[in-house]
Amino acid sequence: MSTTDTITLHPSRSTFAASRTALGALLLRDVVVLRKNLGEFVVRTLIQPFLLCFVFLFVFPKIGQSVGGGTHAAASSVNFATILVAGVVGISIMFQGVQSVALQMSQEFGFTREIEDRVQAPCPIWLVALSKVLGGCLQGLISAAIVLPIASVVHAKGVEADLSLRWLLILTLVPLSCLAMSSLGLVLGTSFEPRNIGLMFGFVVLPITFLGGTYYQWTRLAPVKVGGFHWLQTLVLINPLIYVNEGMRAAFTSAPHMHLYIVYPVLLGFCAVFLSIGLRNFRRRVLS
Amino acid sequence: MTSPTSHSIIRTEGLSKTYPGADAPAVNSLDLTVEQGEIFGLLGPNGAGKTTTAGMLTTRVIPTSGRAIVAGVDVVTHPAKAKQSIGVVSQTNTLDRQLNVWENLYFHGRLFGMGAAESRATADQLLEQFQLAKWAKASVYALSGGMAQRLMVARSIFHRPAVLFMDEPTAGLDPQSRLALWDILRTLNAAGQTILLTTHYMEEADQLCHRVAIMDHGRILALDTPAGLKRSVGADSIVLIKAEGDHDALAAALSAALPDVTKIRTVDQGLEMHVRAADRILARAIAAAEAAGFDVADISLTEPTLETVFINLTGKELRD
Repeated sequence: MSTTDTITLHPSRSTFAASRTALGALLLRDVVVLRKNLGEFVVRTLIQPFLLCFVFLFVFPKIGQSVGGGTHAAASSVNFATILVAGVVGISIMFQGVQSVALQMSQEFGFTREIEDRVQAPCPIWLVALSKVLGGCLQGLISAAIVLPIASVVHAKGVEADLSLRWLLILTLVPLSCLAMSSLGLVLGTSFEPRNIGLMFGFVVLPITFLGGTYYQWTRLAPVKVGGFHWLQTLVLINPLIYVNEGMRAAFTSAPHMHLYIVYPVLLGFCAVFLSIGLRNFRRRVLS
Repeated sequence: MTSPTSHSIIRTEGLSKTYPGADAPAVNSLDLTVEQGEIFGLLGPNGAGKTTTAGMLTTRVIPTSGRAIVAGVDVVTHPAKAKQSIGVVSQTNTLDRQLNVWENLYFHGRLFGMGAAESRATADQLLEQFQLAKWAKASVYALSGGMAQRLMVARSIFHRPAVLFMDEPTAGLDPQSRLALWDILRTLNAAGQTILLTTHYMEEADQLCHRVAIMDHGRILALDTPAGLKRSVGADSIVLIKAEGDHDALAAALSAALPDVTKIRTVDQGLEMHVRAADRILARAIAAAEAAGFDVADISLTEPTLETVFINLTGKELRD
């Protein structure tokens, strides 16, 4: 094998060509790992949406408990199942970003040190980080696809979600949301040490989840105000999940939602901000 | 680019690194040339700058100043390109835990642009060569430290790099695995593989390397073949004498009585003498010590080692 004539004494390929095949190989590796862990992946992806739908759409109606202010819900033309189904897709995409990118990367940096080998790939190191984000995107897309049917199955009688699919929105907003959330995962994974993962969940993931419009529409937060100031509706605008969930509402249901000319550019903006912070963090962690 | 006649595979000019916030440079103006086909060792204690040097050559540490050319490519300005010609085995286990043993090799091949068939064939062949074939489907968690190390070496040479960089390759390995790894590296080298390794084991540098650079405080103190370095000590024997009493007085007595002693220093419970042309030195040393009123408890004769060279250069021992 390694005889003098087979050892490459000088790089033989252009950096562009080498980077392209390296990116392909990094993604191929992610797909193979995903296929190996498919069972675990499906369970991990489905358990939260299943529990959400089970409690809110099956148990609550059975025991006659309305979710929060029943009067408003009754006044609304949109039932809670419809609100929740979009939120469940959004939150699944977000958790995929956290789990497949942030947790994975935090481990590879801190515990397995795998990243040290990965960055020796014959490509710029930002491409290694980007491949993680793209791998996370792929998992987000798959989870969105397998989560949606849950809400149409798990519910009590008469609590069906009212779906109306808009394919153009689905095919653009779902990938955009996956990219934004995977990029968020890159930021988190490169910012938190494995021993601080608990902090990450407590201070970042939980607030994003509960204040991200999963269980309610952003458009209906207006009544929460001090004086004339709709403080909650304003405050949650810093939460990227709001735009994901409102986007899912627009794509999958006919429920009222935030204007799409806000959703698209803001999601794009979050992608840009998270990617630039995440790639910079990654570079700092890898190089000295 | 190197000139066509040059066979140097690594060349650095004034290569320096000062980490942010550090008072002193970790590597200080290093000029180094490694020839094709060499096993080259960077020997020094922890903190000497070996790992930083290897880090700069493998694109992971960005130099503060200076240049480094590896396989004809400037690693600072074209790191992605240089990585095509670099193989790295790091100190820690960096195997992909989600892939099995065979897949760790296979995907490395794909990462470096080999096709599926070629990667498959090379993975099979390397597992045979590194005696890991029966572990092909095993999780990397199942491997012992020595086996994991072998797999990392196999992976690092998969893409036939111009240089294989190994950072403390045998640190943490049991003696048997260490010898086995040395054999592997010799075999690879015999087939033309250039290897640069960092180590703080003087035996490793002595046994394995064609040339050794002794480093301390970010500088190269001496660079030669292990034999050449040992000759530089200017002594062909080292005598260790253990005796009770005032060691300074004993040292004075011995150096007065024995003209062939070139250097003498105090060590644990005794003295170490460097001796040139040491004819009957043990008998004469005992006689001289006893004449001065000391009881010699123990005396031994060894040849100079790289440890001796290091002590000569720095006044301190290589091992902490």
